[in-house]
Order: sequence, then C-alpha cells, then structure tokens
Amino acid sequence: MRDVAVISFAQAKNQRRVADLNEVEMLMPVTGQVLDQVGMTIDDIGFTCSGSSDYLAGVGFSFVSTLDGVGPWPPIQESHVEMDGAFALYEAWVKIQLGEIDTALVYCYSKSSPGDLPMVLTRQLDPYTVAPLWPDTVSLAALQARALIDAGRTTEPEMAEVAARSRRSALDNPNAQLAWDRPAGDLLTEDYHVAPLRKHDCAPITDGAAAVVLAAGDAARRRVERPAWIRGIDHRIEPMALGLRDLTVSASTRLAGEKAGVADGPVDVAELHAPFTHQELILREALGLVDHQNVNPSGGALSANPMLAAGLIRIGEVATRISSGEADRGVAHATSGPCLQQNLVCVLEGES
Amino acid sequence: MLTAPLIIEYPFKRTTGPVIGAFMTGLRERILVGSRAADGRVIVPPAEFDPVTGEDLTEIVEVGPGAEVTTWAWVTEPHAKHPLDRPFAWALIKPDGADTPMLGAVDAGSIDAVHTGLRVVPRWADEREGRIEDLACWVPERTTPANVEYKRS
Amino acid sequence: MTAAASTPHSEGAPLAITLPASLQGVELVRSVRTPAQLDYQFTAGAATSRFLRGIAQKKILGERCPVCGKVYVPPRGACPRDGVPTSEQVELPHVGTVTSFCVVNVAFYGSSMELPYTSANILLDGSHLSLMHLIQEIPADQVRIGMRVEAVWVPDDELKPTLESIKWFRPTGEPDDVNVDIPGEDHGTGLGSWVGGVAPIDPRGTH
Repeated sequence: MRDVAVISFAQAKNQRRVADLNEVEMLMPVTGQVLDQVGMTIDDIGFTCSGSSDYLAGVGFSFVSTLDGVGPWPPIQESHVEMDGAFALYEAWVKIQLGEIDTALVYCYSKSSPGDLPMVLTRQLDPYTVAPLWPDTVSLAALQARALIDAGRTTEPEMAEVAARSRRSALDNPNAQLAWDRPAGDLLTEDYHVAPLRKHDCAPITDGAAAVVLAAGDAARRRVERPAWIRGIDHRIEPMALGLRDLTVSASTRLAGEKAGVADGPVDVAELHAPFTHQELILREALGLVDHQNVNPSGGALSANPMLAAGLIRIGEVATRISSGEADRGVAHATSGPCLQQNLVCVLEGES
Repeated sequence: MLTAPLIIEYPFKRTTGPVIGAFMTGLRERILVGSRAADGRVIVPPAEFDPVTGEDLTEIVEVGPGAEVTTWAWVTEPHAKHPLDRPFAWALIKPDGADTPMLGAVDAGSIDAVHTGLRVVPRWADEREGRIEDLACWVPERTTPANVEYKRS
Repeated sequence: MTAAASTPHSEGAPLAITLPASLQGVELVRSVRTPAQLDYQFTAGAATSRFLRGIAQKKILGERCPVCGKVYVPPRGACPRDGVPTSEQVELPHVGTVTSFCVVNVAFYGSSMELPYTSANILLDGSHLSLMHLIQEIPADQVRIGMRVEAVWVPDDELKPTLESIKWFRPTGEPDDVNVDIPGEDHGTGLGSWVGGVAPIDPRGTH
C-alpha cells in the first residue's frame, strides 16, 4: 500500500439556494482554492475525479460542463461517479495505489434547489415496485426512525439532543447553513414533519461544492507540513429492497469500519454523514462510537447537506483537524442511497 | 437572474422479466406473490436472485392478502405525487406467509389508528393493468367485511 | 460474455418460473408503464444570463478568457482550456462561417421544422467556439463548410432572452472562407470532413 494523504480541502459556503450561478460558476472558486492552498495547478494533478448527479438540477451531462472549470485541456485523465465525492475520492485513492500517478484532484457539487429534492431522490429506488409510489426521502427515513424507536434503541428526546448538539456545533463553522443554540426540550414541542421526524431531525436542502487534493508519500510531505494520511478506506452496499434490510442497524457501515481499521487506535474526532438525527445513532453503534464526545464538531450533515458533497466534506473536516494538529487520528463516514444504503468509512492519521 | 420552468419527463415502459412479471400479473388478478429463497424464506416483492447466495429464485408463491405493519411514518401533508391525497401512513407491510415487508401506503384516517403490528389488507384499484398502482393502498383489516366474518367464525 | 460468467438464463433460455395455481393460465404481464415527471426551476447562471440579456437587445455577447484570449459564445462562465472564469464581454458580429453541418431528414418530437432542414455549427467572426443553429434560405443540399452566413432575427418587438430570437442563419453571398479555423482542429480532434474531400490550405503553415 502506498501512503496517500489529503493535503488540501475547500468547500463553498453552504446555502439553501445559489440562484445567481450555474454549476461550473459555483464550483470554480472551490477547485481554484483547493489547488492554490498547496501551490498547485491542474498541470500538477495526475488524475481528476468528480461526483455529481444530473437529476438534482435537471441539467444533463452537467459534469462535462463543470469539468471546464478545472481547465481540462490538453485532455486530462479524469473520471466521474454519480455518487458522493467521497466515493470519487475512493476511486482516486485506488488510482494512486496503482502507482502511475502521485496526485489527484477530487471535487463534487450539487444544486438541489432547482428541483423538488425529496421527490427527485425517489428516482434512485426500485423502478417497478417502489419509485412509482414516490416515497420521498424524509418518509423513508421516518420509517427507519420508527423502527429504531420500536426496537427501544432511541427516543424522540435523544434524537432532539442530536439535533440541538449538531446545530450548536455549527455555530463555529463559517460554512454551515443551519446553526443555532436551542435546548432539545424546546424542539420536542414542535409539530411532526413526517412522524416520528420533526423538521429539526432532518438535514436542510443545500446547494454547495467541495474539493480535495490527494498526494502520495513525498509528493504530500513536500507540499504540506502535516498531511492527513489515509490509513484505511472501505465502502460497502446493502440490498436495494428496503424490506431485505434491518433498518435499525448499518451492517455495511460496521463492515466498512472494520475493514478501514476504525478500532485499531484511539479516535480523536469523527465526522459521520447522517442526514437524519436517528442515523447518527445507528452509525455510532456500527462504528463503536456510541459514547464518543467529539462526533460532528462541524455540525455535520444536519447543518449543511449538499447532496453528493456532504460525504467528501466529512473527510475534509477530519483532514483539516489533523493537519492543524487539533487531532491525531480521526474517522470520516459518507453515505448514499435511502436509509443509509451504501456507506464509506475512512480513517485518517497525522504523523507524530 | 434568468430562470425558467424546466420539466423533464421519463415516459418509460419497462420490461419486467418473468419474476417481476409474475408479481405484476398477480396485482392485476388481485393476488400477492413472493418468491421462495434458498433458505426457505419468502421474499415480497419476489426477487430474481437470492439476496444472500445470489442463486436464481424460480418458485413463486402466493402470500397475503392479510398483512402486518412492521414500521410506519405519518404524512400530514401529502405531496401531489403521493398515492393518497389525504393524510396517510407510509408503512413497511409484511403479508401473511411472507418473511420480508414491502412498502405501501395505509389509508388509516388518523395517526392514532396506526401502530406497528396493525393488521391491514389491500385496497385494489378498480381498473388494473399489472403495475404497482393496481394495489391502490392498504387499509386496516377491521374495516373490511372479510375480517368481520373471520372474527365471527 | 465469457463462459465462466455465464448463468443458465444468460444462455438464452428464459428462467423456468413455477407459478402458484392462482396465476396459472392467465396472461402474464411482460412490461409496465412507469411514466415520471420532474419539475425544476432552471437558473441560467451568471454568464448565460449576460448572454441571453444581450440577445434580447439584438446583441451577441461572447466572453474572453483572460489567459488564452479565446472568445466563447455562448459563454458558460469558464474557459475549458485554462479553468478560469471568463468575465470580459465581447460584442460579436452577426456574421460567421459554417464549420460543420448536417441535413435532418427525420422529424422528431417537439420540432416544427419542415423537412429536410440543415443544422450547422457556425463560427462567428472573432469567436473561438462555434454555436449550433439552423441554416435556411438555401436548399439543404447546397449548404457547405466554409459558407459565410448571417443571423436572421425575429422582429424587434419579438426579441426575448432566448436563442430563438435568432430565427436562423442564411448565406451572405460572400465567397466561402475555405481557411476557417475549425475549433479543436488545431489539436487534431477537429470536425474533419470537407466538402469534396479537399482540405483547406492552412494559412499558418503549421499544425
């Protein structure tokens, strides 16, 4: 295995609606910043991999347009996934492991605001027996939350605590979209959105973008003082049919966490991609972080959830804390699909 | 900033294959079916492949129509695209004889009428052509004449 | 497919399905209709909005890359060569050269065009990206690469921020520009086929 590190991370300020820019205009400052921070240009990059989905804004082949924003001429080596940027990072990491390149640019973006996001996301469901019913994302998450409550493994007050803590942490995150300080008890007085979920249990709808630069060995050490080394990374998927899964646990996260080596050392910080409060509890259990005191210090996806980017942002938030010396070892998680269907776990470490 | 409405239509007609085809045929005939997995479990809707071993599943068996809610969520303000235009419950619903639940909408009237374990039966669409919408929604079993007879017997 | 990857039903035989008694003898469903519609509020972005506002004033506004100097029309906000924003607007003439074309002989949904018609890539003078539009006022079989064309606009009171404000392009009657610089051709990925198979003489003498 080659040592590969996150050496730069940038994200756009997360917003409910970026109305005045198209996707490449929204992305370009982010890809520009992530390279500038480490004194690189696209000519220094061996491989570029992006994550986006045309369904979100209804713009066909938007990833081809956004590629313009990195200056892809003469033709660069590149690839694209219709997945969160964290999965694009995985592809770039594999590419670097192959040994032919030492550096990679990973970026991702989404504008969810032009469409009806919870309904757009129904298009990822089984097209014969589920998608024609248009079960929105919030409703599916509510089914999962109910199952967890029925199993005696969480309560609405506990979920409200997750909401309150996340938005309070987000007060320190200048890129957060939702940040406030309200006691959990107050939140429970609000009406249900889709019972048993209240609005505060759900991530906001966000337009945003994020980017990371990966570098191997000396290419990383040469450019930054303290690279955030990827010590383990793995992703796993569960069946498409919700009825085939036990929604109260995340078997795929547990396995990915084991393969990535989460338990092989102390965890100073964890950023878990949980778009709904109860999902943080499921993920904590799957990763052995039930009582951990430093989960989602950025505010997590509950404070800003740009589709296709919120997972890569988790990796970036952990890497930033390692590079700054605030943490020595951290865990980042990204999810995709309904009710935590697919999960990626990444363990990052600084050199002592 | 210039903006304009944009409508994207997907006018798809999808080939079912024999397994999903059997499920859709069943809906048209007001019959629920699943497939028997390698370990004997019955999966609904039926699956082409065993979810654990990956082997072909070929035995289609009848299940239901009675069924049980295994988890649910209450929609106060239905979306125009939702199956019902009044408050309803989404639920995972396990038909009798099946080992896995399927997604459906339950027309229960009020949130107080729904609970995990609730017994439900299908309400079939008047006009059926072999698609998931043939199963218009599910309703609590107690409101159906069939169940009244069952309790009397 | 390799032999190792083949499964019983991939060899052509359909899966032998056992049906319950209640479904035996009924006609089996083979396909389902799954129509779906998604509604969006599309936003044009900054560069495209600038371009379309220009069109509503009967102006064609390209944007220049501050690094390589190329002018893109319609602008998307980024130079695909240098990866930087294009912010300098350049008003372009309404005259250009056909760099490629095709003759459409089949009707498609949503089109009201009379067949056959010609759709062409047109490089406006002073720009470095061809835009796609219709060629009219000349028989389809006489359209050729290198032909000089000009925009034909809708009446002034019908101008709107849409490319449909240009009805089509028509021949100017000028001599053909056989040396038109086809975008991308300098990189060896150009559009290629010249009428009669005769390539133009490269005025720069190099490639």
